Amino acid sequence: MKYEVIVVGGGHAGCEASLASAKMGHSTLLLTGNIQNIADMPCNPSIGGSAKGIVVREIDALGGAMGMVADKAQIQMKMLNTTKGPAVQALRAQADKITYPKEMLKQLQTQKNLEIKEAMVEDLIVEEQKVCGVILEDGTKIESEVVILTTGTYLKSDILVGDTRHREGPHGEKPSNYLSEKLKDLGFKIIRLKTGTPQRIARNSVDFTQTKEEKGSEECYAFSFDTKPNYDIASQKPCYLIYTTPKTHEIIKQNLSKSSMYGGLDDIEGVGPRYCPSIEDKIVRFADKERHQLFLEPESLFYDDMYLQGFSTSMPHDIQEQMVHSLPGLEHAEITKYAYAIEYDAIYPTQLKQNLETKIIENLFTAGQINGTSGYEEAACQGLMAGINACLKIEQKEPFILKRNEAYIGVLIDDLVTKGVRDPYRLLTSRAEYRLLLRHDNADLRLREYGYKYHLINDQQYQYLQEKKKKIESALNDLKITMITPKKEVSAYLEKLETAPLRDRITLYDLLKRPEIKLADLECFLGYEVEEEIRKQIEIYIKYEGYIQKANKEAEKLNHLENKKIPENINYDQIKNLASEARQKLKEVCPTTVAQASRISGVNPADIAILLVYLKREYNHEHRGI
Amino acid sequence: MEDTIAAISTALGVGAISIIRVSGTEALEIVHKIFKGPDVRQVPSHTIHYGHIIDNEEIVDEVLVSVMRAPRTFTVEDVVEINAHGGIATTNRILELLLSQGCRLAEPGEFTKRAFLNGRIDLTQAEGVMDLIEAKTEKARTLAVQQLDGKVSELIKNLRQKILEILANIEVNIDYPEYEDIVEFTNEMLCPNLEMVKKEIHRILKESENGKIIREGIKTVIIGKPNVGKSSLLNALLNEDKAIVTDIEGTTRDTVEGIVRLDGIILHMIDTAGIRETTDVVERIGVNKSIELMKQADLVLFVLNNHDELTEEELELLKEIESKNHILIINKQDLENHLDLTELEGHPCIKMSISEKFGLEELKAKIKEIFQLEKIEMEDMTYLTSARSISLLKQALTSLEEVEQGLHQQLPMDMLEIDLKNIWNKLGEIIGETYEEELIDQLFSQFCLGK
Repeated sequence: MKYEVIVVGGGHAGCEASLASAKMGHSTLLLTGNIQNIADMPCNPSIGGSAKGIVVREIDALGGAMGMVADKAQIQMKMLNTTKGPAVQALRAQADKITYPKEMLKQLQTQKNLEIKEAMVEDLIVEEQKVCGVILEDGTKIESEVVILTTGTYLKSDILVGDTRHREGPHGEKPSNYLSEKLKDLGFKIIRLKTGTPQRIARNSVDFTQTKEEKGSEECYAFSFDTKPNYDIASQKPCYLIYTTPKTHEIIKQNLSKSSMYGGLDDIEGVGPRYCPSIEDKIVRFADKERHQLFLEPESLFYDDMYLQGFSTSMPHDIQEQMVHSLPGLEHAEITKYAYAIEYDAIYPTQLKQNLETKIIENLFTAGQINGTSGYEEAACQGLMAGINACLKIEQKEPFILKRNEAYIGVLIDDLVTKGVRDPYRLLTSRAEYRLLLRHDNADLRLREYGYKYHLINDQQYQYLQEKKKKIESALNDLKITMITPKKEVSAYLEKLETAPLRDRITLYDLLKRPEIKLADLECFLGYEVEEEIRKQIEIYIKYEGYIQKANKEAEKLNHLENKKIPENINYDQIKNLASEARQKLKEVCPTTVAQASRISGVNPADIAILLVYLKREYNHEHRGI
Repeated sequence: MEDTIAAISTALGVGAISIIRVSGTEALEIVHKIFKGPDVRQVPSHTIHYGHIIDNEEIVDEVLVSVMRAPRTFTVEDVVEINAHGGIATTNRILELLLSQGCRLAEPGEFTKRAFLNGRIDLTQAEGVMDLIEAKTEKARTLAVQQLDGKVSELIKNLRQKILEILANIEVNIDYPEYEDIVEFTNEMLCPNLEMVKKEIHRILKESENGKIIREGIKTVIIGKPNVGKSSLLNALLNEDKAIVTDIEGTTRDTVEGIVRLDGIILHMIDTAGIRETTDVVERIGVNKSIELMKQADLVLFVLNNHDELTEEELELLKEIESKNHILIINKQDLENHLDLTELEGHPCIKMSISEKFGLEELKAKIKEIFQLEKIEMEDMTYLTSARSISLLKQALTSLEEVEQGLHQQLPMDMLEIDLKNIWNKLGEIIGETYEEELIDQLFSQFCLGK
């Protein structure tokens, strides 16, 4: 039995990877430990959020599944940062933990070219530094042209609670015990990371009168550009806000030594994420904070668990009981699942190329938490990119690499393969230097063309995009050529809009620059009504034109170096003037472009200058022109 | 798109003429902004043009400008060379003007590097280029950072930390919008902080302009009673230097009579004409006029007559002069001594006979000593790097003004943050700190976040 693509692991990365490769026409096998757990959400019951929500839009623009499935599974939609600028608005869904996996499984099962099997992979078939398939737990060999590892936290995972450690994946699933050893044998540098998840609480045991209700948006939203947002806002499920009490802090302080992370276990190697510390971490590191904010979030319409966001811990169960009962409204709460920390193996991601193929083993791709990231969205987008690139490798085509000014996905992958990770990597808006370009609203304009190019977007979707582009262009043009003059009725109208009177004639384009003016206000002069979706694009474009242009100019500068490729066979030892730290880092990362080289910490502008001169001398024909 | 670079390509202050070279796509555009003369964007390639370098309306120097368009130039880019009259002050000022108009200060060897990358010089020279870059760039950078005055560097660090905390607050508001215990950083909260940063930058600008003398020259006034030899002294200094004598209305309110160069440092002679004309005016007016002039001066040259006794007016001026950099010039050494030298004790004194050019060298040496010009010559790099940091500071200020403008337009905070981040980055470049993870580290150490 031979496949073109084998995907190992059915989490968010694995689902996107296998869907992409199957859609691109390559026979694909998805191997998972448990079909029932495909696209499982083992931690928070939400998809999207700041930066991550934009990633979901990008996945959808490229033809991935996450956005559409999240739209079907959402029980609350909230647009974040609506009072801030357009660049930082992002959508978040509370997603039903039953519906989401069910809908994703449906996608997989109805996808042509895609087969799903339950099996544990414990080894790879490697010949001459090239992967040719996988070996299952029972010794069965399955051949393939490429393999994509999306094993999540399952590599040698240990669940940590108090002073106990046992080898287990999330949800009591079976971990993979040997695969990371095999990867080590193949020459990979393996790191140990740690993350955690808080308690689940039985809904009917909570006194909600002591909590503050947090509702979703009053407007309908969708992640997918193909979903027409239409749902009953009144039946959206709320979340609930509570705070820790002095008693909570007291209990934690008194029992600190019982936490796995604070002495309960003395063999912790894993590095936990800075952005989601356990509650004991918070109390130790921010000792002067009197209270910490927690959210109770519904997990599903089909069962009663509430996720206690902000309370992740590795305390023993009895202490967890005391901690939870010290919270307002949770005095009599029933814990349905205890919090735990999990330690797992990951590949140090500078061992990957920009296309997510490993440098050591050809045709082996990795995506998701195995690459040191955290989060469903971060995993899904890597899966999608690995799936596309694995197919391009088979087709012997140029890899698909998104630039930092094109997508958060580009920022994420570039950060991973260029800088490596210290702790599980989470996307933040501050990681993107061009976030004004990488907006929620324009993900389709940025990326759908690519999706179409790789056959993940169909003709109809493509047609819709082209029409949208045309509408934007023609409305912009009309605004530029339509002038109004300070006539009496115009002045009266403007006064009604509470904006300054005209002194001279002005184009609608320039008038729209005024912060208080909306496009809808000017449509009477334009002579036609503009669709809401188009309005938004135009308003952003005109009102923030100066900033957008500045960002574009900066990006253009960067792209100049981005276009200077570094040959794969470059020998850094031959470049005699490089600083030794730079030489070592360049050898480790093997950047593919000069721009990427310039982002490696420890590589200075002088080293880049020397590199440019060397490239010119050694590979003259490839690097002409400045 | 490569940025446009500029640098002084002759040894500073040594030759009679210094050349400032500009190369890159915007070379013509940038030089056009500071050159009064033919429009360099319009003139044919490989031509030379006479005109003036101007800073707004003020004339900085009289120059010749060579315009060479790509590709037949050393770097294969558009190149402009400005031939200035030398002198550290003027040359640096021109460079600074170019930097503030959008040029980047060239790294050492960068012109040669571009020449090579654009195929202008051959392979055998390439090795040399790499040696050059390695030898100079690192040194220049560390030097640039080291040579920053410790106090200024400390100020900048504090300022950056202040901005960093604001940035982290804004970022947290964006990435964790539902943390109700975290203060939402508003436009109103930004205002006082911005005001403080602005004030500090202005102060640092002032402080880091310790090379003010070098860039702007020393305002010098010659005082003394009629016929004591003031004009002779001025003429002696001027002739010695073969300098241009012009009547330039400066931006300052002073009338400058002439410019004297002293090893690349400019002495602006202030309104000596005014004093020369006091011959037939009551002496009292002469004294008042002198005191007024002294107020504006960096250096006072007080000419006394060896052959006469001190007058009351002269004694009064001696008292006034004490708080100023000054030199007493006891002229007419060829005549018999009638001057009571004991009255002059404690003052720097030079004995001269101006008509016979006796003592002129001594006078110059004294001026150099007072302003420590010898030391300045030794450290040519300082001016380059200070031109660099001053231009970075000015760029930071420009970004700050853009934040203010955005505030005025009531733009959302995350937009304002773009320019706020620029200020932070520019300040970082000055002190050589550009650690990328800094902001994210700050985020998680300043705020308690988590799932």
